[in-house]
Amino acid sequence: MSRYSNRPLPLFSRILAYAGILLLYVPLILVLIQSFNANKHGQTWGGFTFDWYTKLFDNVLVQTATVNTVILAVVSTIISTVLGTILAIGIHRTPWGKKMQNFFDMSINIPVVTPDILMAIALVSVFALFRSFTSIFDPGMLTLIIAHVTFEISFVVLVVQSRLVSIGSEQIEAARDLYATTAGAWFRVIIPQLSTAIIAGALLAFTLSLDDFIISFFVSGPKSTTLPLYIYGSLKRGISPQIHALSTLIFSITLFVMLLVAMKNKIKAPKALQKK
Amino acid sequence: MESVDLHINGIKKSFAGKEVLKGIEVTIKDGEFVTLLGPSGCGKTTLLRIIGGFAKADEGRVFLGNEDISKKSPDKRDINTVFQNYALFPHLNVYKNVAFGLKSKKVPKDEIDRRVQAMLELVNITDLASEMPSTLSGGQKQRVALARALVNEPDILLLDEPLSALDANLRKKLQVELREIQKKTDTTFIMVTHDQDEAIAVSDRILVMYKGKLVQDGTPEDVYEHPVNRFVATFMGECNILECEKVSDTCVKAAFGNLVVEKIPAWMADAGGKCCGGVAIRMEDIHVCTPGEHFENNVFHAKILERIFRGDYWELHADFGPLTLRVMTDPDQIYNPGDEVELYMEPQYLQVLSD
Repeated sequence: MSRYSNRPLPLFSRILAYAGILLLYVPLILVLIQSFNANKHGQTWGGFTFDWYTKLFDNVLVQTATVNTVILAVVSTIISTVLGTILAIGIHRTPWGKKMQNFFDMSINIPVVTPDILMAIALVSVFALFRSFTSIFDPGMLTLIIAHVTFEISFVVLVVQSRLVSIGSEQIEAARDLYATTAGAWFRVIIPQLSTAIIAGALLAFTLSLDDFIISFFVSGPKSTTLPLYIYGSLKRGISPQIHALSTLIFSITLFVMLLVAMKNKIKAPKALQKK
Repeated sequence: MESVDLHINGIKKSFAGKEVLKGIEVTIKDGEFVTLLGPSGCGKTTLLRIIGGFAKADEGRVFLGNEDISKKSPDKRDINTVFQNYALFPHLNVYKNVAFGLKSKKVPKDEIDRRVQAMLELVNITDLASEMPSTLSGGQKQRVALARALVNEPDILLLDEPLSALDANLRKKLQVELREIQKKTDTTFIMVTHDQDEAIAVSDRILVMYKGKLVQDGTPEDVYEHPVNRFVATFMGECNILECEKVSDTCVKAAFGNLVVEKIPAWMADAGGKCCGGVAIRMEDIHVCTPGEHFENNVFHAKILERIFRGDYWELHADFGPLTLRVMTDPDQIYNPGDEVELYMEPQYLQVLSD
């Protein structure tokens, strides 16, 4: 328990804390309320309604955008997780020199800190170049997937690498000593210990993909609109309460997933404590 | 079963231009408990890693029985290791950790079960089978590591400072158990340690290493009582070292008088003429004469300068005029600073050193 836990916070700090929380949640709660507001323009409360939700579910554009977003997120996450894990292992295990190691660390970090807009422009130019050879690089799902994999890989590598560093080389030696082949040592000893990091990396990649607007905006085609792109497009025609309904749904799903994770941790935690 | 002695032939190894093993030559017999003893940086761990297959020697070969295993990877050697920090697999429970090697060798499941159970029993951790390594104490982890290696019935078990992370009491207890388990399983144990008490307590044979060389090879008694050089003498426990000069083949001249010794090493005997060297005598081997006791030689007059209580013995600092020696006496033999005493050094405990 923290040393300060029993001391009440000064009034000023408490006010600041509540203000911070309000700032974070008022907009979200407003969207939630508006999604049930029968009044289309939302300045006044026009009565409770599910209309916007039913309209949303009839909206073909939203459906395609949702399907596109999910396909994009799932496929890019799988590819970037596999490639990122292999890359992390490769960088960590190969006895590169110190200089080479620094070079790799930098190359992994730079895409993370590079502004999305730069990444987007770079990808657009590369695709334009490739397009002069083959038409499969026309803006569409393929370019979207390639683009998303490109920026997700770095995040996966960073997460997996940080775990890999904490697994000592003696784990491999112990496995080899106990008659495991090199591959056996990796699959029976290292990968299982990396599993939580790999899942964390995959979740991060998945959220980044769902969330991405800038890069998708530049590389998507007319038939590969994602949800963020659809929302942006429809905003230009004025905010429809359907968007509020959609936002509320997305937020609820996120909340639900978070609660699931929290519950899973809660079930796990007491067991671990009991044994201590 | 054929005997599987381990032969180490002329092993040399350098790291970044620094030679850490300078040609190690030794045979370890089947069923022996051998300790590689030396200070950190003497190359003992490197030698162990070469035997285990985790490092490659630059020169020289390793034979297990008649088979050259120098080029075999660790998974192809019938040698298992207890790693310094145990290196248990944190994602597997105790049972699965112990079963790991047998599973790699594709041993039938019921045989794995039988052997793992027997091994858990041998090292006394049957009730921990389903525990995860993170919940175990240091001593328990040590037992799991031992079981995990021994269950494979290796020709040789390598132990890399296996007890160094444990507290003193537990360490003593486990030393005894280690010795018992070694006798029960009749397996060659090669242990690396920098703790001379531990080496003396468990080993059949001690190989003392210093600066990449094997400096002495002998039983614990041998190495303790007859250290070959200054390094071994001081490393194996408290020791007085006297500078002396050769007089004859059984006599050397120290600063306070002539000392009769049992033998002088060949190098000194061969040197002829004036030849200097060191003589080692342990503090417990210097006898304080009681009135009426008489010895033919090696009796010297000294004055007690200081008396230090060490729990189970007194440590006296005896002034011989030109130098001061440390002497150990029983708790009931009380001498005070200022007392004049006669000290006797039995020839068989006077060890002329090789450097």
